[in-house]
Amino acid sequence: MDLITEFTILVLAAFVGFEVISKVPNTLHTPLMSATNAIHGIVLLGGILVIGEASGFLNELILVIAIAFGTINVIGGFLVTDRMLGMFKKRPKPAEKTPE
Amino acid sequence: MASFLQDLDFIRSLYIVAFVLFVVGMRGVTHPTTARRGNWIAALGMAIAVVATLLDERVGDFGLIALGIALGTVIGVPAARQVKMTAMPQMVALFNGVGGGAVALISWAEYRGELEFGVNPELETLIPILFAAIIGSISFWGSNIAFAKLQGILPGKPIGVPGQQFLNLALLLVAVGAAAAIAAGSESEGLFILILVAAAVLGNMVVLPIGGADMPVVISLLNALTGLSAAAAGMALDNVALIVGGIIVGASGTILTNLMADAMNRSIPNIVAGGFGGGGTAPDGGGGEERPHRSTDATSVASQLSLADRVVVAPGYGLAVAQAQHTVRELADELEKRGVEVSYAIHPVAGRMPGHMNVLLAEADVPYEALKEMDEINPEFSTTDVTLVIGANDVTNPAARENEGSPIYGMPILDVDKSEQVVVLKRSMNTGFAGIDNPLFYNENTSLLFGDAKASVQEVLAAVKDL
Repeated sequence: MDLITEFTILVLAAFVGFEVISKVPNTLHTPLMSATNAIHGIVLLGGILVIGEASGFLNELILVIAIAFGTINVIGGFLVTDRMLGMFKKRPKPAEKTPE
Repeated sequence: MASFLQDLDFIRSLYIVAFVLFVVGMRGVTHPTTARRGNWIAALGMAIAVVATLLDERVGDFGLIALGIALGTVIGVPAARQVKMTAMPQMVALFNGVGGGAVALISWAEYRGELEFGVNPELETLIPILFAAIIGSISFWGSNIAFAKLQGILPGKPIGVPGQQFLNLALLLVAVGAAAAIAAGSESEGLFILILVAAAVLGNMVVLPIGGADMPVVISLLNALTGLSAAAAGMALDNVALIVGGIIVGASGTILTNLMADAMNRSIPNIVAGGFGGGGTAPDGGGGEERPHRSTDATSVASQLSLADRVVVAPGYGLAVAQAQHTVRELADELEKRGVEVSYAIHPVAGRMPGHMNVLLAEADVPYEALKEMDEINPEFSTTDVTLVIGANDVTNPAARENEGSPIYGMPILDVDKSEQVVVLKRSMNTGFAGIDNPLFYNENTSLLFGDAKASVQEVLAAVKDL
């Protein structure tokens, strides 16, 4: 892909990100931060692509660590976001509460 | 069959599907009822992007890939499962940090790989690699410091050395200078490592002097930076998924950072230069003299609360630290049984991150509808009988409205002082994060209940039950 095509994609995608995000209510900012955080874990793909061409112990070690980091970022990010969002529940009926 | 699956156009088509899922997923996260599903839609997009990449015929070394993914899973899953809700901000910082670390490592490995051909790569590959190395390294180390500060491994208060700003500038110049030297034709791994190290030290130095109160803004900024660095890595590797995924986060992180900084009436350059939370602003007025204030006890608070029609709880950082959210919800339940209407006033930066307070209260089963944002609740304070301020200070400081000389003048605050009575739960008369005195405490309609937030709420709860 030539440079100018990549720049075009970059600029347009930035606007998409801007538009989607700008409508999030305050209350969801922490989960949102966590979810977007998980999405930049996509750098994991970079590790997967580069490791095939790598040779030598050090190169491979660097990339295994990079892939592990990327995986932590992705899996940890989505799981933790899910945990946070799981807590936004509707009110349980007060009647269901057992009186102390 | 294998040939069509490995076709680059097919892989790129799958990437397009992934982008659509990212965008649809993120849109889902913008509403409480669809947020959870939205998160999983985005995760599905990520899974598709990963599988598509594995199909690429240039990909090899599946054993090592599996090893890396397995390691990441073994570390990431328990961390995400076990982290306490109050520790969420530092967890986000840590996940952000490893993302930045991955970018820095990939750019290093890519540069090493290119050097094996004996020459520097073309500039359109080289420049993004250098950019990704600098930003990724700053983000990794900066996030680690943010984590350490929030986790209490390092003191939360600002740590600075004299001449810090010049030192930071010098470090930036070293990193950029070394990058320029490589771009100008020096083929040197030593220079590349110098870039990584200078950026690493810079990441440490930039975050160390920042106080705990500003930390959310910093984490958000680092989140945006990691996104940008991932996009740069994508340009270096000619991978459109990285470009799009990275820049979407870069864009969102920038907006979020601005929102947070606005809510605190702080500018991002000021925060990064260290000031607030820092030693930069002196406390307002001579702090030597004790001004008269009225302290109260749990029994009086209990009767005030149970006689009220409308009670607003204004929770802050102190509530999070004391883990008092469950006790507060029990108190609210108890009051509601007695016909008192209870709602919660949520300042945009209450807690340690925007929305953090909502998560904490949701964890304690406080219904979503009872949480009211600042703009919604502020007009309602004048019809509120009692406002209970729990562990919040600066976000309730009327000086932000009235005193032009105050360092926080202009910061949007909760107008708790407009309610008929205010009860402030406080550990002591110490000033808040900002080190600014709060006139609210000396108002005639304010009484102070000293002690640990959780213990105080428990006492009030017991007293309400005894009534």
